[in-house]
Amino acid sequence: MTQPQTSDLPQVADCRQDFPALHQDVRAHALVYLDSAASAQQPMSVIETVADYQRRDHANVHRGVHTLSHRATDAYEGARDKIQSFINASSRSEIVLTSGTTESINLVAQSFCRPRLEPGDKVLITHLEHHSNIVPWQIVCEQTGAELVVAPINTRGELDMDAFDRLLTDDVRLLAIAQVSNALGTIIPLRDIIPKAKSLGIAVLVDGAQGVPHMQIDVQELDCDFYAFSGHKMFGPTGTGVLFGKESLLDAMPPYQGGGDMILEVSFDGTIYNELPYKFEAGTPNISGVIGLGAAIDYLLSVGMSRIAQHEEQLLAYLTRKLGEVEGIRLIGTAAEKASVQSFLVDDIHPHDLGTILDHQGVAIRTGHHCAMPVMDFFGVAGTARASLALYNNNDDVDRLVEAVVKARQIFA
Amino acid sequence: MNAVDFHTGDDLRELYRELILDHARNPRHFGKLDRPTHTAEGINPLCGDKLRLNVRVDDQENIADASFEGSGCAISVASASLLTDMVIGLPVAQALDCFTVVTQRLTSPNVEREQDIGVDLSKIKALDGVREFPSRVKCATLAWHALRSAIHGQTAPVSTE
Repeated sequence: MTQPQTSDLPQVADCRQDFPALHQDVRAHALVYLDSAASAQQPMSVIETVADYQRRDHANVHRGVHTLSHRATDAYEGARDKIQSFINASSRSEIVLTSGTTESINLVAQSFCRPRLEPGDKVLITHLEHHSNIVPWQIVCEQTGAELVVAPINTRGELDMDAFDRLLTDDVRLLAIAQVSNALGTIIPLRDIIPKAKSLGIAVLVDGAQGVPHMQIDVQELDCDFYAFSGHKMFGPTGTGVLFGKESLLDAMPPYQGGGDMILEVSFDGTIYNELPYKFEAGTPNISGVIGLGAAIDYLLSVGMSRIAQHEEQLLAYLTRKLGEVEGIRLIGTAAEKASVQSFLVDDIHPHDLGTILDHQGVAIRTGHHCAMPVMDFFGVAGTARASLALYNNNDDVDRLVEAVVKARQIFA
Repeated sequence: MNAVDFHTGDDLRELYRELILDHARNPRHFGKLDRPTHTAEGINPLCGDKLRLNVRVDDQENIADASFEGSGCAISVASASLLTDMVIGLPVAQALDCFTVVTQRLTSPNVEREQDIGVDLSKIKALDGVREFPSRVKCATLAWHALRSAIHGQTAPVSTE
């Protein structure tokens, strides 16, 4: 029995066939989609799963005794099981379904932190965070009198570990930290950081929005207390998200919102809350979206997370090399450990002008501050152009990007 | 510049006309203004354009001088530069007419039936290319919205979002 050769396996880039949105012309050019870090495209299997559900199985969940309600509930709860297994949570009670990473983080800020924080306490974040991992902490610090502390970065866009270690003190109540910087692609060394925080008794929330699509996640191995992510960055529908929380913590937390589904019994004398995870899921959820997220997980598993990571690593190396060869380019975010995101500027062309010229050549990138204004301030720029790669991108996409950037330079020459 | 091959069609050339690129590279009336009577900030959060428009209105209700500060993309800077060129010397009421005509011109396709407000609009026509780029219309109108809010004495920054 011989092991199959790697070359016998279908190439990850062949996945492109599975994504109908990628097969269209934009402004008379074949679309090159390099904005997956903002929102990834969906494979046919996700689109069909959602459509089949809408066509055949739709009803409200956890309510009716009728057949459609059972089907909807089974599919919805089945997706929760897939999510649990995908990130290796120890119990399905630990998987709270939300509208996205933003809601997941706000839930922790208001339900976990707000009752615990007092003046003199600290919440520690980093200079790399997305606004959704900054503003909820600013709000809760304002509400409680706690202090928000920001760990600095260096000019490569890496966390300054010496400074971080000094800021990680025992008056920090929560460390809220990205796994991957959305603006710069920096991979944060969580395996070094989390044990240090845990040894001081500090709770840790990981913003995994940019981590999940690119690498295998094991929340038990990471030993974080909370892990937040979004469906639409991992090839699922928008309006879906997950908060993983350790059961003992979730159990002790008050509900985030009140409403239907999160209760066992309601009277005007008081209300008995539902068990986990339903205590945190008030109201009718995004049923079709969550079912679509389950299909996205099936898809990712069928491709294989390690193969995806390997493909993207090669592609990022190619992107960095080819972009770096363009005259007048300034790469922003050059960390040693990076996920497949590259921010850049060209000459003194404003990123917004660059975005328009690239779009005109069928190349979709993100331009602006990437919801990370402090990162932009650090590098002294108003914004950047950002190309982000996913499993369906290939070297040709990179070549088209470079070609379009060169053309932009000619227009502004 | 002429050597550039615009395979991708003429509307990109229409957007980045030579006059626009010239005003973006060498903005007129850029910087602080001596004794401004009216000032307002315009913010376009989508791309981070942030401009401050300053005007000095004299006793006869004429715009004696105008300037702008800040940073933005080529379209918003060029538009602000063209604006200052255009409104200096105009009565305030006429400058507000310019706001109406220019914003209508950039957002509506029916430019042929434009009202005559007695101001030379030839240069501002260089911005017509943005009509093909809906996401850029806000860049082109930002300074104009700031002008209007400055004249109306609004203090909160205007946003074209």
